[in-house]
Amino acid sequence: MELSNREFWTLIHGMVLGALFLLAFSGGLAGIYSFKAEWVTTTGIRERITRLRYGIVLMALVAWGTVVTGTWIVYPWYRENLSEVGDERYAGCEGLQAPGTTCSPRDFLLSGVSGDTESWHTFAFEWKEHVAWFAPMLATAAAFVVVYYGSSLAQSPFLRKLVIWLFAGAFVVAGIAGLMGALVTKTAPIT
Amino acid sequence: MSITAEQGEVQKPNGPAAAVILAAGIGAFVLGLLATLNEASSGINDFLRFADDVGPLSGKTIIASAAFFVAWAVFGFLWRGRDVAWRPVLTATVVLLALGLLGTFPTFFEAFAD
Repeated sequence: MELSNREFWTLIHGMVLGALFLLAFSGGLAGIYSFKAEWVTTTGIRERITRLRYGIVLMALVAWGTVVTGTWIVYPWYRENLSEVGDERYAGCEGLQAPGTTCSPRDFLLSGVSGDTESWHTFAFEWKEHVAWFAPMLATAAAFVVVYYGSSLAQSPFLRKLVIWLFAGAFVVAGIAGLMGALVTKTAPIT
Repeated sequence: MSITAEQGEVQKPNGPAAAVILAAGIGAFVLGLLATLNEASSGINDFLRFADDVGPLSGKTIIASAAFFVAWAVFGFLWRGRDVAWRPVLTATVVLLALGLLGTFPTFFEAFAD
């Protein structure tokens, strides 16, 4: 059992960083929602704000890590122009059932050699590659508000709602990107 | 203090928090704008190719990220130690995010294809 370099980085991008962000969301959401002065003792507030601060800052860093590895490491492999031979743009994809050394995932999807796959790139991947970048910005904003206000968040339903909305926004766009990425990878994996 | 007694008493000025939230909206808007301009103009498409192997996405994401951090720094400086009204900041952020989402939606930006 071994992973190629490309499979390793695809795993880091999607299954480690991306999945970690999405999975940690529910814990973070519960932590912020229940961070109410009337529900937590003074000692509890001190203990929980430390955990919340570290947790949400880590999530923001993970969100940046996900988009940076996706855009700068994995994406170039997805979009390589391998299939062009002379005037034939997708000649290297002819007869293939999956992307390979003569046909990148993007070329494979656009070539249509295995069916009507063009929209997996022109809609799903194009949406994913852009909208994913909203997640780290929103997560950073949420993290800053938590770090800046600290224990005061327990006194302010307004600020907690603000953090929840920012956090939920980051989750939604990360979820869209993750879903689109998973679906595209199922059709045209990076190998 | 912009946060009312009903919303909860908080002793810190909200300027720095408002700055990062507005900056997120600005970053998203810039990304949406660039995604659309990239389709509309081959010149802009060429300009955004900061890295050949990443293509125009390299320029779009670098500029949008820079817009986020620069806007955060600028508004953070301007609003340091100050209270600002939440409503206009949050309204502007929501509008910018919505425009950013629209600009990054393929069906929308492909309508401007050169």
